[in-house]
Amino acid sequence: MKKLLIWLPLGLFVLFLIVFAGGLIQPESKTIPSKMVGKPMPAFALAPALPNKPGVGSAVLANGQPHLVNVFASWCLPCITEAPQLDQLAQAGVPILGIAVRDRPEDLLRFLQRNGDPYRAIGSDGNSNVQIALGSSGLPETFIVDGKGIIRKQHIGAINPEDVPGIMSALGEAK
Amino acid sequence: MRTALAVILLALSAPVLADSLMPAAKYANEQLPDRTQEARAKALMETIRCLVCQGQSIADSDAEMAGDMRALIRTRIEAGEKPEAIRRWLIERYGDWVSYKPPFDGLTWPLYALPVLFLAFGLWIVSGRLKRRRKG
Repeated sequence: MKKLLIWLPLGLFVLFLIVFAGGLIQPESKTIPSKMVGKPMPAFALAPALPNKPGVGSAVLANGQPHLVNVFASWCLPCITEAPQLDQLAQAGVPILGIAVRDRPEDLLRFLQRNGDPYRAIGSDGNSNVQIALGSSGLPETFIVDGKGIIRKQHIGAINPEDVPGIMSALGEAK
Repeated sequence: MRTALAVILLALSAPVLADSLMPAAKYANEQLPDRTQEARAKALMETIRCLVCQGQSIADSDAEMAGDMRALIRTRIEAGEKPEAIRRWLIERYGDWVSYKPPFDGLTWPLYALPVLFLAFGLWIVSGRLKRRRKG
């Protein structure tokens, strides 16, 4: 028994080494879910990102109807891949509000002309303040907000075709 | 030949950066005029984790979002907000993960207690050995 016990510190050390080496070889990089899910939308009022479209304020979210709040940018490549899915959702009558992070009107206009415009309103988040207030850590991200203005769900990354039914049902539950 | 050409062209091509064309926010790379406020902001920025370059603090990171977070912290410190209040605000959004200063709570207490326990255990073993040696 005692002979075995003598090897215990070395065994622990080797175990530690394996965990340590594992962390070095494959550094952890994880998606950070927002802690704002389940909480009311933080109060904000963003100026219009384009002259012909209204801006986005948190006040309009509590109008009894569920909304999608899409955090995106014209310079974000995965945002292009989710554009057809957002169009599909908009055609189904889902109100989609855009938060354009660090964007310029001319780039945004070109992006919408090329990829379609599913947005009812787009607010310009020039210094990422609203993105940070939402607990969003990358682009694109989409928040499902219920009729009382409470964040029900966060979709991290592009909305792929297979994600659309889940988002539709989450919107249905968020009434 | 074709592969060589492709490799050369790839090497020459500009990498696609996931960055906007907008200039950095005021206070992203600019210090606060008040020195004590800047020191307070800097101390906080060094203990807030960058969400893009995970493993770096926002003080060290070149990511645009880190710049915007630095600007947010400096603006709030300038407005008189306490650093710990800003840390709490960020933790409310991103969880404890965003802070390099782990809180002392039900989950993390062993982190603080174990070193003390190990030290006590080591002292106990050493004192036992010394006593035995003196007897012998």
